[in-house]
Amino acid sequence: MTDFLLELRSEEIPARMQAGARAELEKLFRAQLSAAGLEAGDLTIWSTPRRLALIARDLPEATAAVSEELKGPRSSAPPQALEGFLRKTGLRQDQLEDRDGVYFAVIDKPGRATAEVLAEAIPAIVRAFAWPKSMRWGKESASSESLRWVRPLSGIVAIFGEELVPCEIGGIASGFATRGHRFHCPGEITIGSAADYAEKLRACHVIVDHEERQAIVRDGAAKAAADAGLTLVEDEGLVIENAGLTEWPVPLLGRFDEAFLEVPPEVIQLTARVNQKYFVVNGADGKLANGFVCTANIDAKDGGAEIVAGNRKVLAARLSDARFFWEQDQKKTLAQHAEKLANITFHEKLGTVADKVGRVAKLAEWLASEGIVPNCDPALARQAAELAKADLVTEMVGEFPELQGLMGGYYARAEGLDDAVADAIRDHYKPVGQGDDVPIAPVTVAVALADKLDTACAFFRIGEAPTGSKDPFALRRSALGLLALIQRNNLRLPMNGAIEKHMLRVKTDFAVSHGQSALALVDFFADRLKIQQRENGVRHDLIDAVFVLGGDGDIIPLLARVKTLQAFMATEDGTNLLAGYKRAANILKQAGEVSGTAAATPPTDADAALLAALDAAEPAASAAVAEERFTDAMAALASLRAPIDAFFDGVMVNDPDETIRAYRLGLLSRFTGAVHGVADFSKIEG
Amino acid sequence: MRRRWANAAAIFCTCEGIPAVADGADKTPLSFQDMILTLHSYWSARGCAILQPYDMRVGAGTFHPATTLRSLGPEPWNVAYVQPSRRPTDGRYGENPNRLQHYYQYQVILKPSPADLQEQYLGSLAAIGIDPLLHDIRFVEDDWESPTLGAWGLGWEVWCDGMEVTQFTYFQQMGGFDCKPVAGELTYGLERLAMYIQNVDNVYDLRFSDAVGDVAAVSYGDVFLENERQFSKWNFEVADTDTLFAGFKAAEEECKRAIAANVPLAAYDQAIEASHLFNLLQARGVISVQERANYMARVRDLAKGSCKAWIDSQSERWTAKYPGWTL
Repeated sequence: MTDFLLELRSEEIPARMQAGARAELEKLFRAQLSAAGLEAGDLTIWSTPRRLALIARDLPEATAAVSEELKGPRSSAPPQALEGFLRKTGLRQDQLEDRDGVYFAVIDKPGRATAEVLAEAIPAIVRAFAWPKSMRWGKESASSESLRWVRPLSGIVAIFGEELVPCEIGGIASGFATRGHRFHCPGEITIGSAADYAEKLRACHVIVDHEERQAIVRDGAAKAAADAGLTLVEDEGLVIENAGLTEWPVPLLGRFDEAFLEVPPEVIQLTARVNQKYFVVNGADGKLANGFVCTANIDAKDGGAEIVAGNRKVLAARLSDARFFWEQDQKKTLAQHAEKLANITFHEKLGTVADKVGRVAKLAEWLASEGIVPNCDPALARQAAELAKADLVTEMVGEFPELQGLMGGYYARAEGLDDAVADAIRDHYKPVGQGDDVPIAPVTVAVALADKLDTACAFFRIGEAPTGSKDPFALRRSALGLLALIQRNNLRLPMNGAIEKHMLRVKTDFAVSHGQSALALVDFFADRLKIQQRENGVRHDLIDAVFVLGGDGDIIPLLARVKTLQAFMATEDGTNLLAGYKRAANILKQAGEVSGTAAATPPTDADAALLAALDAAEPAASAAVAEERFTDAMAALASLRAPIDAFFDGVMVNDPDETIRAYRLGLLSRFTGAVHGVADFSKIEG
Repeated sequence: MRRRWANAAAIFCTCEGIPAVADGADKTPLSFQDMILTLHSYWSARGCAILQPYDMRVGAGTFHPATTLRSLGPEPWNVAYVQPSRRPTDGRYGENPNRLQHYYQYQVILKPSPADLQEQYLGSLAAIGIDPLLHDIRFVEDDWESPTLGAWGLGWEVWCDGMEVTQFTYFQQMGGFDCKPVAGELTYGLERLAMYIQNVDNVYDLRFSDAVGDVAAVSYGDVFLENERQFSKWNFEVADTDTLFAGFKAAEEECKRAIAANVPLAAYDQAIEASHLFNLLQARGVISVQERANYMARVRDLAKGSCKAWIDSQSERWTAKYPGWTL
């Protein structure tokens, strides 16, 4: 059993692609070996910016010899059949075995040396390697067929045991030589085997194990901060990125001018993280402090003083830009910024962002004044909606689009606007995804809901509903956000009417009528709600049983009813009632059109008992439903269980007497009707 | 933590180590012009023809036809030059220490890209006094794309202690055509590098030239501060937009005429002109967000048309000289 080492060296591989590259290398290596009949077994895969490495342990020296047996034609078959079989197997007739009148070819395949398999596998892996983006380079790139790699491929080390696995691709031949750290040890170093690879590189200032480098960045950055009495703001994404940018990571703490702290902390953190890949730190008070941690790739001769000074200067320039934006943006009010929204196209068929803002403002105001969002001042809702998108045209959001909302919130507060307005501007994009906070502040809820509902209406109005896997405007996510807002805040929104009304506000030349698009959107929301409920463990048949009843699109009572129904169906009363319902429905179905006059009075006591139960249960159930006391409604239905069971036990519905039969069918019809008043039991499984 | 790993290593590095950079502690850093002269002699010694700046207003060294047109086709091409670059919207009336509406790029094109391009580049940094064991040099992913040239490439921005000092690109396409073979492009931001080497915080404080005898040193501000003030004002406030619009249209027409007349080099000049006028119109704030994409597409069409005409005019010669070469 022998270990195999493969190193693919390249010019700097983007940090964000390294994890994917490791997975790709493993996948392709296993596939190549398994095609040759070898099990790859235990693999170690490492990456640095300049190399991908793979160590496969305990590979056999050769693949196993296999003997393949092929059944041929009968010996009595016409000669053409035999000739065909010989051609196929490459054998002569005397090499075939005749077993009871049937030819068999036995082909022995000797095992292949594993080294040989590997020598073929390496070029195949390199050629098949899928990078997110790849390129051509060098003089070979004069041809369209030249090798593609993420950046120029510069060397291959392939050693099986202690022997070279000779292979060549794109003019690069495998060898024992690799290179150490670009600056500390740029010369060639010779690798003996998989066993000394990592240690030899370590001696040449390369830590090839990405997880080890990540640990150095993570712990080193935390320690650098702690040594200065600060706390690192953890950021695993930055840990991985910095480990992917270095072969010898050295975290270093630097300071920036305290005066920059007047800029919002999110801006400082984003500037440091996105532009410079620095960590930020908190002071003892838990607030952002004027420090940063950068990760160098060398053990600098001066301990890193020059590096820190240089990075500090770059960060200062970035932060002055940010402060410039911060000050510049505040020279205008948000209302003044918002004027520019008239120049920004929202969608070519839907006009400008200003048009959208106008619609959202009307809708938010209506949600507040109708009391749909309770305790919400309509004027504040309107104001917040009118200003919510203003930060899109500020310098800061132009520079950092991910700060949309947040900056508007800061600017609103700095302007002295009502806190509720500032909060609404800040949070109106929420909830952004599952697990995100759902707003509860009334003004925020009104604006967030109006914004999402308007987006959905607008795109449905121009026929841009999501189809299959295509959802270019993220309407499904937006719908989920809207449903979460309604549910979290128990909002009583008659969605159907609201949609129809709002659709009229969307001005477009597009051909879909507003009525049609409103219907499509109502269906879309119902679908999203069903999917959301199903994911939360609600039985889909119970959802159907309630949803089929329709309504005005107010989802709160709908969901309450489903929930109560699910609880009811888990009781014995529930299951028995369902059995009774199914029996009644079957009989009614078989009976078809009921003919003849029904008897005027209950023919038996069992009939009378059911009649009495229905007389009591029907008004009780419908009153309970009307008042959304769904537990009471279920209890009213439960009161029918004993009488219906007794009815089926005691009487024959299809009595020979037509008037009795008609009477009983009438009773059953009332019974199913009463049940339907609460939920359509025909949709329930079981 | 670093020491821990060094001790843990049982084997020692046997490689030769990096050639020592001349210890610059007691040496005055290069002036702006000496930095340029040093780069010139560095790249000249590596076989580059040292060209002069193109005599038109352009936004970057990449617009020089020595890059745009010459990166197409099979012929080897190794050149280096300084290109004054104009970015009207970056003007700050001389009041920002880092931003200029006119600055210099140092551009190197090596076609086909040599296998040791990174090493050659790092050698040039050492030549102008950057010690890679004192400063943190990093290659950080940066995919380059020029929508107005219909060009893209893969490479990095090179960081020195966190500052981007060079754009390093392997051209994949130019004017919508595959680069065969691929050219390596190095674009040094000269002012940034000089600020770094001279350790100054304000671009106008850079030493442009050194004092010699009775002749005093000249600062970058001596040369360019007034230019920044006047051109920022002209770019943002004064330039007559009707004239600019008319100029754009005229350049567009002339470019098409030149393409039709099979003089692609002249056509490309007009594409450059249109591109710069578009930049000025942007600075004047008269191009709306919606119109912007449309103008960029028009410039791209001119650049692509010029590249295509250039290829058409040369391909017979190229295929005769390089049998087997195809577009």
